[in-house]
Amino acid sequence: MEFGFTTAAYVVAAVLFIQSLGGLSGQESAKRAVWYGIAGMALAVAATLYGPGAGLWGLSAALIIGGGAIGWVVAQRVQMTEMPQLVAAMHSLVGLAAVFIGFNTHIELVRVAGMDEAARQALEGFAAVIAHKSPVEISILRVETFLGVFIGAVTFTGSVIAFGKLAGKVDGKAKKLPGGHLLNAGAALISVVLLVVYLQTGSTLALLVMTVAALFIGYHLIMGIGGADMPVVVSMLNSYSGWAAAAIGFSLSNDLLIVVGALVGSSGAILSYIMCKAMNRSFVSVILGGFGGTTGPAMEVTGEQIAIDADGVAAALNDADSIIIIPGYGMAVAQAQQSVSELTRKLRAKGKTVRFAIHPVAGRLPGHMNVLLAEAKVPYDIVLEMDEINEDFPNTDVAIVIGSNDIVNPAAQEDPNSPIAGMPVLECWKAKQVFVSKRGQGTGYSGIENPLFYKENTRMFYGDAKKSIDGLLPMIE
Amino acid sequence: MKIGAPREIFEGENRVAMTPDSALQLVKLGHVCVVETGAGAKAGFSDAAYAKAGVEVLASAQAVFEAADVVVKVRGPEPSEVEMLRPGQTLISFFWPAQNPDLLEAARAKGATVVAMDMVPRISRAQKMDALSSMANIAGYRAVIEAGNNFGRFFTGQVTAAGKVPPAKVLIVGAGVAGLAAIGTSVSLGAIVMAFDVRPEVAEQIESMGASFVYLEFDASELPDGAATGGYAAPSTPAFQAKQLAKFRELAPDVDIVITTALIPGRPAPKLWTEDMVAMMKPGSVIVDLAAERGGNCDLTVPDQKIVTENGVTIVGYTDFPSRMAAQASTLYATNIRHMLTDLTPKKDGVIFHNMEDDVIRGATVAKDAAITYPPPPPKVAAIAAAKPKEKAKELTPEERRAQETAAFKAQTRNQVGMLVIGGGLILLAGLFAPASFMSHFIVFVLSVYVGVQVIWNVSHSLHTPLMAVTNAISSIIILGALMQIGSGSFLVIVLAALSVFMAGINIFGGFMVTRRMLAMFQKS
Repeated sequence: MEFGFTTAAYVVAAVLFIQSLGGLSGQESAKRAVWYGIAGMALAVAATLYGPGAGLWGLSAALIIGGGAIGWVVAQRVQMTEMPQLVAAMHSLVGLAAVFIGFNTHIELVRVAGMDEAARQALEGFAAVIAHKSPVEISILRVETFLGVFIGAVTFTGSVIAFGKLAGKVDGKAKKLPGGHLLNAGAALISVVLLVVYLQTGSTLALLVMTVAALFIGYHLIMGIGGADMPVVVSMLNSYSGWAAAAIGFSLSNDLLIVVGALVGSSGAILSYIMCKAMNRSFVSVILGGFGGTTGPAMEVTGEQIAIDADGVAAALNDADSIIIIPGYGMAVAQAQQSVSELTRKLRAKGKTVRFAIHPVAGRLPGHMNVLLAEAKVPYDIVLEMDEINEDFPNTDVAIVIGSNDIVNPAAQEDPNSPIAGMPVLECWKAKQVFVSKRGQGTGYSGIENPLFYKENTRMFYGDAKKSIDGLLPMIE
Repeated sequence: MKIGAPREIFEGENRVAMTPDSALQLVKLGHVCVVETGAGAKAGFSDAAYAKAGVEVLASAQAVFEAADVVVKVRGPEPSEVEMLRPGQTLISFFWPAQNPDLLEAARAKGATVVAMDMVPRISRAQKMDALSSMANIAGYRAVIEAGNNFGRFFTGQVTAAGKVPPAKVLIVGAGVAGLAAIGTSVSLGAIVMAFDVRPEVAEQIESMGASFVYLEFDASELPDGAATGGYAAPSTPAFQAKQLAKFRELAPDVDIVITTALIPGRPAPKLWTEDMVAMMKPGSVIVDLAAERGGNCDLTVPDQKIVTENGVTIVGYTDFPSRMAAQASTLYATNIRHMLTDLTPKKDGVIFHNMEDDVIRGATVAKDAAITYPPPPPKVAAIAAAKPKEKAKELTPEERRAQETAAFKAQTRNQVGMLVIGGGLILLAGLFAPASFMSHFIVFVLSVYVGVQVIWNVSHSLHTPLMAVTNAISSIIILGALMQIGSGSFLVIVLAALSVFMAGINIFGGFMVTRRMLAMFQKS
């Protein structure tokens, strides 16, 4: 009876979670969707506390409230530009929790295995579930636990490193220990061997060594990826945290965990896929880190970068009818989104068409730019995706590139030898005039020259993005 | 340094190489300016205006040549002027070194440095000193004005109470700087403008000026590569020329005004408007031949003269269009000169530094240190990026397209069926060995992945960050595992489970809160 109730609650919760993800298809329905998710989570936790196998629920409730308070405060305080590192930090928590739960399963398994039949009958809660398993089921349980701990550990260290990189605490460049991917492969191989050992013996040592190996893989894997690949990394870790939950769900025979884990896992995997596609790179090449070798000499860039001052930009903006703004990571770094929003408001007040073009990998998190612009109160219906807006550039008077580089690099289309050849890019050079707000003459993350800066209709607007845009504001009248 | 501008002595030349305005700018570079008395008179700049700008007015050309370290002129020097040059002196003017080897040799013998404004390479950086372009611009404008002056009708079409006036039809041949300027002027006067050029890549520029491009049917391989010649036209093949003339013959009876600007560097002007075309034109029509100085694009052109043919077609062959707008031409030319001097005075301290490493300065310098430095080596930067051969997308016939679609469909079906068979096979295999309890969970897992994939594809790109946050929040469902274990077993288990509950708690609240915050920010305009 009780068990039936819990399952029923799980079914409802699962439906609510699916609704919650499905609701994110539109901005308005998304606002409702969060509440579905919250309700689903509340229902699931309540049903578990009430259901069989749970004990110490006073302590549990206290811990949830305590943790919840911290989470609440962090969520209220976090800056929108800090979203990527927050998400990464949260993934690490899920990963670590998965490791702990996996270890618990193992401990219980060992304890139950050591008991006689009578003692087993007397068991309650989780241990009782284990006690009723057949030998084959025990083996499967071991595999599941092992997998859960492995994925959880990789997620944990990976997320910690991703957090460090995104928060600027760890150098963002791709770095590898000597030995490179052989180290990862070695650690993975050790883990596989240990899996076999663990299956045979159930040894605690094997599990512990594997955990260390997995922690290393997570660390080294993410250290080797950097810069513009971070959106892929974050969504990949998101995916891992889901698979970890699913694996733990198997080991605990909990269907809701499996359902949600699978949802999150596939969601992260799809996001990674979308990001990779947006960069025209395969998932494997992102994981292997860095940009692949070029196939030939890069096309020579001719011409020169011509600088322009705020007066010139302002004059062009005052004359223009249609304007497209292309924000990138540089805008987030300079915290220029408010200034950009103010500029947009002023230009729109003058009856000009102002739109934003967002490349799928702009920023360090999928959809990063959208959130920043939304925070600065830029209406979402003028913020468009690459596919929606790319054809409009030839009819645009002015395109303003703010802190983006590789995503507007014409070499992707013009130079078959370019490392980013074939990557879909925003074709802003087709606009009548292009202004590039940039700190200096350096190259983007990929370290390749951007011929856009040398085009005849391009003018370089050097300086900090926020200061540059602020300087423009009084001149728009 | 002292910069001096003598009066132009060439017959009919009204321009001057320094204006009071440009002199003010030159002073800012640290130079001192002198000018011959009356130098700017024909361009509308009085000696008083120069004096007011701080320019010393000298009585004779001799005095200017003696005083100045740098002599700036419009026309190339006459032999009498070359005589006055001295070693170490710099002369900046049009020079046409290829056409005037004797003059160049004379200047070299004098030991003077000669910077030819007509030799400034055509690269973006040098546009500000491209005097040929600024003069061509004036010529194009003036050509339309001259045409209008000799044309007995309106340019623009009008419907008036006194009857209907058809718009004038203007054909511009050669869409270089002059051609484009002529297009712009005629369009703004209201004429219907057609333009032709042998370089198909300028069609876009022509259309952007409001004229229609006269297309020829031809094979692209017949054309020379425009980029290879620095953006100038190159001689075309006989077959192409024949097609071109045929097209002009077709247009000739119809057009009222023809402005020809076709020039090929270093060659006589191509004959494009033949006698029979002139004969076909309506009486009262006007031809303005901007190539008259190089023999003219029209057979009947007489340089420096305006003639009227038997059938009443006026042919204007003036060669001094810029000089006819001396005030404007002098202002622009003086600015070009000023930019050249800016590049020659990199430190703005009034000291000329003749940097022969600089592409622009090297290209323009034709004589230096008693040596002839013409022709210059090719510039390090190409003027225009080489045009890539255009790949033509093959037009597919409907059958081919259908076949292609069917093939794609078949491939997709094959793929999907293959995946289903393999996936199903693997699951069946697992089912053979795994116990029922595992399989029941496995079904849930596979279905969830499937649902997840279907749902996530519909999430809009702009909501990917909230999606990450919300999936992050719900992945803390792992809390259920901890809750199930917390009441069971040893102290260690309780501690680990409690920690997990705590961390998941942070995640749940943090994740949902931050998602809500983000979504609340998305606003419609």
